[in-house]
Amino acid sequence: MHNFEYAAPASVADAVAALAKPDAKVLAGGQTLLPTMKQRLAAPTQLVDLRKVAGLAGISREGDAVVIGAMTRHADVAASPLVHDAIKGLGALAGLIGDPAVRHRGTLGGSLANNDPAADYPAAVLALGATIVTNKREIVADDYFKGLFETVLGEDEIITKVKFPIPEKSAYEKFRNPASRYAMVGVFVAKSKTGVRVAVTGAGSSGVFRQKEMEAALAANFAADAIKGVKIAAANMISDLHGDADYRAHLVGVVARRAVEASA
Amino acid sequence: MSATGLGASVKRTEDIRFITGKGRYVDDINRPGQAHAYFLRSQHAHATINAIDFAEAAGSPGVVAIFTGQDIAADKVGGLICGWMIHSKDGSPMKAGAHPALAQGKVRYVGDAVAVVIADSYAKARDAAEKINVDYGVLPAVTDLKKAVGAANIHEAAPDNTCYNWHLGDKAATDAAFAKAAHVTKLDLVNNRLIPNAMEPRAAVGDYDSGTDTMTLYTTSQNPHVARLVLSAFIGLAPEHKLRVVAPDVGGGFGSKIFIYAEETICAWAAKKIDRPVKWTADRSEAFLSDAHGRDHATHAELAMDAQGKVTGVRVHTLANMGSYLSTFASSVPTYLYAPLLSGQYNIPAIYAEVDAIYTTTAPVDAYRGAGRPEATFVIERLMELAARETGRDPAEFRRQNFVTTFPHQTPVIMAYDVGDYAGALDKALIHADYKGVAARKAASAAKGKLRGVGFSAFIEACGIAPSAAVGSLGAGVGLWESAEVRVNPIGTVEILTGSHSHGQGHETTFAQLVSDRLGIPLENVAIVHGDTDKVQMGMGTYGSRSGAVGMSAISKALDKVVAKAKKVAGHVLEASEHDIEFKDGKFTVKGTDKAIDFGSVALQAYIAHKFNGQELEPGLKESAFWDPTNFTFPAGVHICEVEIDPETGIVNVERYTAVDDFGKLINPMIVHGQVHGGIAQGIGQALMEGAQYNSDGQLLTASYMDYCMPRADSVPSFNVDTIETVCPSNPLGIKGCGEAGAIASPPAVINAITDALGHEDIAMPATPAAVWKAAQKRPMKHAAE
Repeated sequence: MHNFEYAAPASVADAVAALAKPDAKVLAGGQTLLPTMKQRLAAPTQLVDLRKVAGLAGISREGDAVVIGAMTRHADVAASPLVHDAIKGLGALAGLIGDPAVRHRGTLGGSLANNDPAADYPAAVLALGATIVTNKREIVADDYFKGLFETVLGEDEIITKVKFPIPEKSAYEKFRNPASRYAMVGVFVAKSKTGVRVAVTGAGSSGVFRQKEMEAALAANFAADAIKGVKIAAANMISDLHGDADYRAHLVGVVARRAVEASA
Repeated sequence: MSATGLGASVKRTEDIRFITGKGRYVDDINRPGQAHAYFLRSQHAHATINAIDFAEAAGSPGVVAIFTGQDIAADKVGGLICGWMIHSKDGSPMKAGAHPALAQGKVRYVGDAVAVVIADSYAKARDAAEKINVDYGVLPAVTDLKKAVGAANIHEAAPDNTCYNWHLGDKAATDAAFAKAAHVTKLDLVNNRLIPNAMEPRAAVGDYDSGTDTMTLYTTSQNPHVARLVLSAFIGLAPEHKLRVVAPDVGGGFGSKIFIYAEETICAWAAKKIDRPVKWTADRSEAFLSDAHGRDHATHAELAMDAQGKVTGVRVHTLANMGSYLSTFASSVPTYLYAPLLSGQYNIPAIYAEVDAIYTTTAPVDAYRGAGRPEATFVIERLMELAARETGRDPAEFRRQNFVTTFPHQTPVIMAYDVGDYAGALDKALIHADYKGVAARKAASAAKGKLRGVGFSAFIEACGIAPSAAVGSLGAGVGLWESAEVRVNPIGTVEILTGSHSHGQGHETTFAQLVSDRLGIPLENVAIVHGDTDKVQMGMGTYGSRSGAVGMSAISKALDKVVAKAKKVAGHVLEASEHDIEFKDGKFTVKGTDKAIDFGSVALQAYIAHKFNGQELEPGLKESAFWDPTNFTFPAGVHICEVEIDPETGIVNVERYTAVDDFGKLINPMIVHGQVHGGIAQGIGQALMEGAQYNSDGQLLTASYMDYCMPRADSVPSFNVDTIETVCPSNPLGIKGCGEAGAIASPPAVINAITDALGHEDIAMPATPAAVWKAAQKRPMKHAAE
């Protein structure tokens, strides 16, 4: 790890000011950033730790939505009765991220800002049609993700919270990479009054995506058998040591069906 | 049996220190004035080194020195050696390419050490290394074992990248057996390359005392005396009496810490060069790149049988990947640790094996838990299972029909099996595994859309890796005995100095159990001293499941001498002839009387020396022994694995795993079971998860836990482990050894179970979910209807 400056501001405004330094980076749990720095693959000169910023952590219900602060740790989401009662799939997903050590450090905002193509939260955000609130604006999930490790966030933009609309049914199923145990294919299914949304993480070569044929089929008949005939193209799937594109495309179907079954 | 003696499951006394963070590993050792080493490693698999520019790096903050291959050449530091000579079929000696501790003129794998930067801190050394500019002339990488012959030449000394073409057995007799065979079974097998992944990475601290011209090396070694011998006699760092090697607590080895590597050599040499201690601890990435890897065979194997199902011959041709350089014992692994085990537990009249040892531009390959014997077991046990299937025989009964049943049994490939009860283990295993219930369980799985299969492995291994004369005749450069010294203190406590080295095995407990049992003293009165060449005179270390059979036998022999001497002392004290003294439960008694003295009092009398004439009987109570066995030991057993496959995802669940092993006498059944559990977990890892992969440029793709899959606790079921006992005749304790058995036996059991479930043989290790899913597409659930 190279040397760097460290700041732990108390407000979003101070954090934004600290981010103005060249090669500055937000630290929001650090479960990806710190290992990357240890391997000398990243060398920010300034870390801006959000852990002391007031009001960024916490879980509440606001009307028809569950609102989770950006610095809320995965373990807190996983342990929240409020989340489990309102959005079963989201609570289950948080409990499947990484291992206990990661879940007690990693945060929702950190995961979404990093947008690892094998991360779990992007699937929930996209399938639930969540709204990402930053210090500057509100961004709907469909506009937020921009490919591998890319989002629409600006350099001086900090996620403050995420608003998750409460669905009628939801579930997340995860097929783990045998080695890393990241999602090799993760499918989040959400059924609400306005329709069904299916989001897939881990598999797509451009990151998380919605599977709209499945959504249409499930809107007509919310049952696992309804999507049995949906063909998943291998063309846009990741192919690596752990499985080629055909395998991942096949798994998307299997995992999606299991998610639908689990949501019942 | 006493609560702490032989056969008692005593809890490991060393564990309290390990689990409370009080173990003392090499990285815990810091010497005054210590500097830190960082090794600059090649990013290229194969390249000439045209120039190394370290002018800028040398001026980097905190840098003490930068050394390259030129510096060690100028100091005449010898190259790393391979200590086992193998001769090719044509009688020519193996072709060992030079292996300098820092590359000279050429690099041969990604991770090859090019330069060492020594600085005040590790971070400063690493910062400086980033400023070194190496001008490489990139050469073609050679990573495909099957295409390496004829590819770019890696070592000038080894044309066609071939180290040796070796063979064992009677070719004509074997060919004749095949010519007459009623059925021939053929298999092409790959034994996947493994990365050892000991929990503690390798580390070294070199410390030179210029006042006494003495060098001390603290290093993560399974055999510190062998390290001292090699570093002295071959690499030439210091004569043995001026070189102390200490291997303190070591966190796992699995073979990978047997070898003498570049890094500890450089740390010791550089410490003298700069007259400051030099420390290096590998990070996990370096461990992946530079620890000697294991296995990596490609084999064509054939089995001949007659119409009655009697196996009449086995024929094997193996390509063995040696990696870029010959590691310390690499040449022995695919030869004498491999082919002599191809007879398995079976009476096979003719066996012929050919092994071509091939260099590639990959990390060196050497012994890894089992070393050659897992590869042999995989070959014979896959052949036996398939031969049974092809001829419609039950795999258990087919094995039984071919078991060796009379002992001693001379195989056609060197080994003389001393004792065993292979059918006894099979019978017990069949009961534990509920073999009769398999059909019902297969049907239940099929009803759920799952595939269930059962696989056998009736393994045998040759352990102890001794006697010395025998291994010497096969090319070993060293003798493989073990030494022990028993020091009885004046109040009757005992220190045992052993040449064995514990790096997870629990010697502090099991060795003390032996002493407690023999001398009738409590465990806490015994200390086990190991891992320091200044304390223990000489030893051969721990590997090949040899510490019980060989190391403890040396202790046993020394204890015999202590008891004999103590009887003489007791005789004087009790005013009786030594021949009338009996020793039992810690007490010396004059036969037929109530005159007695305890062990501690005799020890005191031995040192006070008032009761006997010092000219006739030497004062003191200290004895030593060297033990060289009369044969290898032959642990054997039957393992049965039962898997369920989800054909939709390719996930293989190991549902049941039964192991019935014969390790001879058990010192501590709990520790034996633990060894078996760990070995099976490693074998399941090999079968289902682990596999080192290089791309065609020679980059290691599986260079971290993100991509190299290790077995976890949830990857394995609760094992059903049991033992039978036939007493080993070649050592005084009747021990056969248990350290490697699980890793040797389990891979074929798992793969045989998977192929049973799939209904075809087309699956390689590791049988990952992706691979099993693809394989499951090949044929519809053939076994599901059974």
